[in-house]
Amino acid sequence: MARTIQSLERAAAVLRLLAGGERRLGLSDIASTLGLAKGTAHGLLRTLQQEGFVEQDPASGRYQLGAELLRLGNSYLDVHELRARALVWTDDLARSSGESVYLGVLHQQGVLIVHHVFRPDDSRQVLEVGAMQPLHSTALGKVLAAYDPVAHSEAMDSGREALTAHTITDPESFEEVLELTRSRGWAADVEETWEGVASIAAPVHDRRRMPVGAVAVTGAVERVCSDGEIQPRLVAAVRDCARAVSRDLGAGRF
Amino acid sequence: MSDTRREFIAAIDQGTTSSRCIVFDRDGRIVSVGQKEHEQIFPEPGRVEHDAAEIWTNVQEVITEALDKAGITREDVRALGITNQRETTLLWDRATGEPVHNAIVWQDTRTDALCRELGRNVGQDRFRRETGLPLASYFAGPKIRWLLDNVEGLRERAEAGEILFGTMDSWVIWNLTGGTEGGVHVTDVTNASRTLLMNLRTMDWDPRICESMGVPMAVLPEIRSSAEVYGEARGALAGVPVASALGDQQAALFGQTCFSPGEAKSTYGTGTFLLLNTGSEAVNSYNGLLTTVGYRIGDQDPVYALEGSIAVTGSLVQWMRDQMGLINSAAEIETLASSVEDNGGAYFVPAFSGLFAPYWRSDARGVIAGLTRYVTKAHIARAVLEATAWQTREIVDAMEKDSRVELTALRVDGGMTSNNLLMQCISDVLDAPVVRPMVAETTCLGAAYAAGLAVGFWPDTDALRANWRRAAEWTPRMEAGTREREYKNWLKAVERTMGWLEEEN
Repeated sequence: MARTIQSLERAAAVLRLLAGGERRLGLSDIASTLGLAKGTAHGLLRTLQQEGFVEQDPASGRYQLGAELLRLGNSYLDVHELRARALVWTDDLARSSGESVYLGVLHQQGVLIVHHVFRPDDSRQVLEVGAMQPLHSTALGKVLAAYDPVAHSEAMDSGREALTAHTITDPESFEEVLELTRSRGWAADVEETWEGVASIAAPVHDRRRMPVGAVAVTGAVERVCSDGEIQPRLVAAVRDCARAVSRDLGAGRF
Repeated sequence: MSDTRREFIAAIDQGTTSSRCIVFDRDGRIVSVGQKEHEQIFPEPGRVEHDAAEIWTNVQEVITEALDKAGITREDVRALGITNQRETTLLWDRATGEPVHNAIVWQDTRTDALCRELGRNVGQDRFRRETGLPLASYFAGPKIRWLLDNVEGLRERAEAGEILFGTMDSWVIWNLTGGTEGGVHVTDVTNASRTLLMNLRTMDWDPRICESMGVPMAVLPEIRSSAEVYGEARGALAGVPVASALGDQQAALFGQTCFSPGEAKSTYGTGTFLLLNTGSEAVNSYNGLLTTVGYRIGDQDPVYALEGSIAVTGSLVQWMRDQMGLINSAAEIETLASSVEDNGGAYFVPAFSGLFAPYWRSDARGVIAGLTRYVTKAHIARAVLEATAWQTREIVDAMEKDSRVELTALRVDGGMTSNNLLMQCISDVLDAPVVRPMVAETTCLGAAYAAGLAVGFWPDTDALRANWRRAAEWTPRMEAGTREREYKNWLKAVERTMGWLEEEN
């Protein structure tokens, strides 16, 4: 018989414990319930946290199941469900902003475009559903990295290639951008991915308040910005849209 | 802007499951929505009814709701348009305004035997040349006859002029414009074209058919165009012109701004309805389609359409979810289908209650063909989506044969347009672009557009076209060789559904 790996068995026991009964547990509860030394339990939890399977509540220090685990199971929000729910709101955003709209989710090391609404002029445009965009430089990617721990570690682990002269590549500045994103609730990309193109994105949450995707408007930098500043009107429109989609997914008002 | 006061158009969609009111602005954007469902009454298998009094109450409520949500008053509403579930039939008392029976809903099949009887020795095409329709239980004429035959004393009252007939457009307009206090008794050409009683060439009731059907002409409303002022509303919208009526599928054609011959729209819901504008010519169908009126604006010439419907599209996805349990939500069909590259050789023909256009074979039943050990549930999911695409192709082929007009692009709406794989698949099998407009509510928008045209809120159809915005476009990616091979396989699978039932009935 092949040998089993003790630490994996213990990790599974931790997950089972967090999945049943109380939602959040402290380190000592977990260690004593499973008959483990505190140090061992802490090592397991830290590793699980890195993988996104466990999250630690910053206020109480207690642990709970993480986003990645939900993504693995049945309860994970289907991206096509997300698109169906977002359809009317993203149409509305495209009309009110006059720009094209994208809905993106984390996929492997990047942002997968799951929905795209054309810019409402009569120009030829190509549907970009199924395309991948970089995590570290786009507004969609920054929002995902700011709110989703798995996206965060993917973005930190990636090379953060300089796509234009404006791309933020060093880890400290990138973390600062994510901090700013979390504090103001939206992210921007001003010519950091493509010359001449700017975008604004905001997070979409599901009913568990999990970040399930991001919605963005993208357009020529001359239209998205005025006097070198992102247009507040567009920021408000993007955030309204993201909130409306989140509400449709059952997330409470926030 | 010189316009200091904002002005709006309101549209009522009196649908099969609910009534809605949507307020639109000059750009055709949705300002607010009011909606309320009504009861579906199933007195016995095959029978479906609605309480028309409940519907009228709901219509009044959703108007108030929509105006409140928009924060506007009736003075801000320039006109009101109506679109409605087609063919649903109501008779009511002219003096009291009381329905004499529940409305008989379009899906109701109680007139099946009556329709066979009315076909005499000719069969279901007895009135097709005049009306463009086969004798089928959907249409209003036979439903009127059933009510007159089955409600005690009704025929005498009808012949004495005490009873009014209407589809839901007529019922709503009559009540809106005052009901027993001078309500106008009218219907529009599109709704009238679904009764089996209107002659498509004269645009008037056909006395010979009314006679054969046993419908006294005294009950019939006046047939008017789809876009003109029928009267002024009373009540919550007092003073607002009631200015359009269109059956729901024709309203969607109008809302999609399919104003030129060769332009077509397809609405993908539980079932699917495809309408092709054929211009001023009423094209006879030899391929199992319906000839119908698309719309008529005021005293302009009527615009005709060919209509093809697919009975099972969204409902096949629901069947996969509810009966097979292969998916948890309708949207997941795309996830499952996307996990494989192709159908693995499997084809699904959902002839659950026979084959409809262009075959019309009631002895057919559903088939999944081409099964091997290789086939997984993901291949079946793919075959489910392809079934909708191939059925669209069959309707489009029939339309092109009948009209000799080649479809340049297909405009789509309805719930299934959120399925990206399906839309790509339709574009692939049609070898034509598939285009989704930015306002998904094309049915209400069509009624609003027609009402706005009637009162001069919009100057002409060109102005409406200018409002139309492309939200997405799918272009064909499939190689011609693959398309031909797959179509051949599909047709082989269709063949295998036929003759499953040994005795027709």
